[in-house]
Amino acid sequence: MDQSFHAMGERRRNIVLSLCLAGLLLACCGYLQANKYEYNYAISIIERSLIYAVVAVSMNLVNGFTGLFSLGQAGFMAIGAYVTAILTIPTANRPSVYYISGIHPWIENLHAPALLALILGGLAAAACAALIGIPVLRLKSDYLAIATLGFAEIIRALIAAPMMDRITNGSYGLKSIPGFSSIFQVLALAACSIGLMVLLINSSYGRMFKAIREDEIAAEAMGINLFRTKELSFVISSFFAGISGGMLAMFMRSIDSKTFQVSLTYDILLIVVIGGIGSVTGSVLGAFLVTAGREILRFFDEPFFLGGVQVPLFRPGFRMVIFSLLLMIVVLFYSKGLMGTNEFSWNSICRFFGRKERKKQEGRVPHDGAK
Amino acid sequence: MSLTTFLQQCLTGISLGGAYALIAIGYTMVYGILRLINFAHGDIFMMAGYFMIFAMASFPWFIALPVVLLITTFLGVGIERVAYKPLRSAPRMSVMISAIGVSYLLQNLATYLFTALPKAYPEIPVLKRIFLIGGLSASFVTFFTPVLTVFLVYILIMLIQHTRIGMAMRAVSRDYETASLMGIDINRTISITFAIGSLLAAVGSILYFTDRMTVFPFSGSLPGLKCFVAAVFGGIGSIPGAVVGGFVLGLGETALVAAGYSTFSDAFTFVLLIVILLVRPTGLFGEKITNKV
Repeated sequence: MDQSFHAMGERRRNIVLSLCLAGLLLACCGYLQANKYEYNYAISIIERSLIYAVVAVSMNLVNGFTGLFSLGQAGFMAIGAYVTAILTIPTANRPSVYYISGIHPWIENLHAPALLALILGGLAAAACAALIGIPVLRLKSDYLAIATLGFAEIIRALIAAPMMDRITNGSYGLKSIPGFSSIFQVLALAACSIGLMVLLINSSYGRMFKAIREDEIAAEAMGINLFRTKELSFVISSFFAGISGGMLAMFMRSIDSKTFQVSLTYDILLIVVIGGIGSVTGSVLGAFLVTAGREILRFFDEPFFLGGVQVPLFRPGFRMVIFSLLLMIVVLFYSKGLMGTNEFSWNSICRFFGRKERKKQEGRVPHDGAK
Repeated sequence: MSLTTFLQQCLTGISLGGAYALIAIGYTMVYGILRLINFAHGDIFMMAGYFMIFAMASFPWFIALPVVLLITTFLGVGIERVAYKPLRSAPRMSVMISAIGVSYLLQNLATYLFTALPKAYPEIPVLKRIFLIGGLSASFVTFFTPVLTVFLVYILIMLIQHTRIGMAMRAVSRDYETASLMGIDINRTISITFAIGSLLAAVGSILYFTDRMTVFPFSGSLPGLKCFVAAVFGGIGSIPGAVVGGFVLGLGETALVAAGYSTFSDAFTFVLLIVILLVRPTGLFGEKITNKV
């Protein structure tokens, strides 16, 4: 009786705290949006972090929760980005975008509102993943990694191929993609996507994913259809990767096939690893940390003077060296990342502070050592 | 297409395939022992290209060559010591992420040290001499690559089949724990495997870049992936398989370029990978693996 009362109090406290935090974040974003000319830079960092957070969580869904080592994220992002871009570039601007090889009559007048275009981009990526998944998901860990990486490269080669010039504009890329009008759009999209993925992870499907991650053979023995469940996880992850690709296209306003190189997948992998493989909040935190860190570390790329003498190490490229060293240190010494497989919860935070509090009291009050 | 053009293309393909084969051996040996795709192998190959540029700037070629081979070998062994050895008992995904991390680090380090602009690869006069046989014209390196590849592979197979260290390697790749119980020094064996792999990658790099003429920080990543595919194609863990895979890839790619589909020459590799994994997952010469519960 007492215990359930306690739990209810805890739950009420958690809801109140969550609402407070959400309100605080919204207020911050509102403040930034109100003074958007002043905080242009901060807004762009936050938007990019949110977009990366979506794709990082989607990668975590496959890699962290289902235990499939897939490295195809950049390819699925590319599909989402190109579909979104092709559907949203204003029809009036198209002749100037496709000025080199002309536009294919099929897509000349095809236009969709941004939200629909994003969802279609996600669906296109998901459909592609469903096709790819049939052969690829039968493979074991390392082969799967190489095969998905290979598929991402094939997609990129197809996009840049001269035969696709009239659809994807080949290696010139697409420009004048309409962007987001406010930070709240990005926030809402990211929150919806991540929220849906969290719901999935906490559902019975999510438990099936985790069962496969822990032990494939045992999971199969428990009656889980291995292939179907893996395919489901792969397709849903690709759907959200496609959506985040579309968001990235809208954020950058111009894309080309070089945007979606393997290094993009590595960047996202870095976020997932730093945040903790198998933790959604970890991925979100990681996305913000990595994106913001990359901007803050920019001073490494500029000449640095110490007492009038130029420190020789500081020149363009140093930032990325520091960055990759950081990744290595995390992998070698903190293989769990920021959060491990834990999620953020108010209970654990309260417990953390509670313990400190108790320790302080114990320190102050001398007791008879019966503890 | 005339016979001469055809032969010319074949020669180019075989030469490219020889370089691929030498790199693929590094993958297949490391995978055979550690069950790890050494994502950094392609970047070791790229670094060997840069080492050659700097070595040639200060030494004549006959001193520069051994220096480059030696430094590359040390780089490969060093990477294993720092990035893979601490993770011996960690899950396989961590080791793979560590390998990707090393690859990322080497690429960024090369960008930082040597800038992202392509650097001209030095010409070794002996390798660049043009030969004319009938209607065929090719530089010495084109003829020399396949011969050298086959020769090195022969030595390597002899080493693995008939020496103590070769026996140790085979034992470790068969069963890691039992081998260590039998008194085999696992770490030493693994180091030697990395040394051989990196040495061959350095040789491959010299042959490959002499044909390509420029090196840039990402010039190792795609050949690296391709050579891994070559290793998978031949059956991972099998050295003759890696060689055959390398030649098949080199010839196939050259054929696509000759037919005018050069944009798809990279995609061809991965299509080949998917096909082989579907039809014969253990590759051409691979051993059958059974799943143990």
